[in-house]
Amino acid sequence: MKREIPLMATAVIGIFMILSFFVPHQLVSVPADFLQTSAVIVVAFGYVLGGANALRINFDAIYKRREGWPYKIVLVAGLLTMVTVGAIEGRGFQGEHTRFTWIYNSVYSPMQSTMFALLAFYIASAAFRAFRIRTLEAALLAVAALIVMIGRVPIGDWLTHALPAPYRLSALQEWIMDNPQNSAKRAILIGAALGVMATGLRVILGLERSYLSGED
Amino acid sequence: MSLVKRLETFDRRWIFLTVGLLVLLPLIWPVPLPITVGPRAQKFYDAIEALPEGSTVLLACDYDPGAKPELVPMTRSVLRHLFARHCKAIITCLWNGGPGLVDQTVREVGREQGKVYGVDYVDLGYKAGYEAVMVLMGQSIPNTFPTDQSGGVTTSYPIMQGIRNYSSFPILISISAGYPGTKEYVQQVEGRFHIKIIAGVTAVSAPEFYAYLQSGQLQGLLGGMAGAAEYEKLRGESGAATRGMVPQSFAHVFIAFCILAGNAVQWLKRREKSA
Repeated sequence: MKREIPLMATAVIGIFMILSFFVPHQLVSVPADFLQTSAVIVVAFGYVLGGANALRINFDAIYKRREGWPYKIVLVAGLLTMVTVGAIEGRGFQGEHTRFTWIYNSVYSPMQSTMFALLAFYIASAAFRAFRIRTLEAALLAVAALIVMIGRVPIGDWLTHALPAPYRLSALQEWIMDNPQNSAKRAILIGAALGVMATGLRVILGLERSYLSGED
Repeated sequence: MSLVKRLETFDRRWIFLTVGLLVLLPLIWPVPLPITVGPRAQKFYDAIEALPEGSTVLLACDYDPGAKPELVPMTRSVLRHLFARHCKAIITCLWNGGPGLVDQTVREVGREQGKVYGVDYVDLGYKAGYEAVMVLMGQSIPNTFPTDQSGGVTTSYPIMQGIRNYSSFPILISISAGYPGTKEYVQQVEGRFHIKIIAGVTAVSAPEFYAYLQSGQLQGLLGGMAGAAEYEKLRGESGAATRGMVPQSFAHVFIAFCILAGNAVQWLKRREKSA
């Protein structure tokens, strides 16, 4: 019964939610809304559980002096600081002039921007060291990448301004993006959508059970 | 040490320094480069121009500070465009790292344009739940977001009077950096609730949306900082995206040069070996 009841609940709710997409009647839409609201509440609880889990795992790592434990102190301190400040601020903790917002603007926002800005440096270095053209396919990829990379920015048109408009880099990159790129992307999207539908059906029919306890 | 060997063991900090200078110097001394407006940005602009004056628009800002250089200029220009057309904006965010940045951006533009919070725009803040929230908004937006970003009661604001769900808006503008974002709005909302969507996305995710644009599920698309710069040009603004195009141009050219140089070194190495 430990497995049958969750499988049954999944099947019934899955079929019901699919039905709610096509049947706008109150008998279907009201319970469907209730289930959607419940899903949002469950996700909110997930954050609480995630926070508690992060604390437990990192406290354990600090206590046992595992590799990188000083960084875990920073993580725990950051987590506790934000939760405490948010709790002290109360309901409007995300308001414009709160301490919570000040920490967000002064610490979190610049740090995250910095992390992403670093990518520019590593991409340039990786382009020099790792992008090897050894096959015809790699050569095609490289040529397309160079055209799109330069054509997407204004310097592409500046470099090719003497050419007729359809042969400028911006026009070439538009063609690459609209035709070969889009065709390949659409094929991937359709394939992925079919995969999602198949997986959804397998879950509803109880064939896919890995979400229950990690078993197939 | 041979030239090939020296190039192969080249200290990558020189690359970092070059990238740094190529980005920094044009920001200090701007170089004018022509910006060509593409068809996707034009469609995005036209979709906002086609809105009846005074409409209330749903602006979904789903990003965090990692996407700030690309998406904040878009958000600013979109808000200025909407306010110039006397439209009102209701802003939401489904990214847990983003509400602070979105709120700051929205309020800055609101103040700059002399608009009143709660009357001309409102920031409903963050709600956990990803796609479930998008679907719930189709039932009731005030119930999904009972309080705004600052903790105020949503229904107490004049702008929220008469707002029920997606049917209250002529268009949904999705500015997004990934999941959950534009793709999920197209999948969960466009077909089910029959609302027009236009989107501004990061450059890296833009190709994913070309198919949706061709199929008519998206009515306009701004891709990355280049898209934001095109939109600024259409609006007659010279904002952060326009200024950012020169450093980005130089960085792209340098990365292209790195790809070619790296392969030239490998080619020389192979030739040296075979000799």
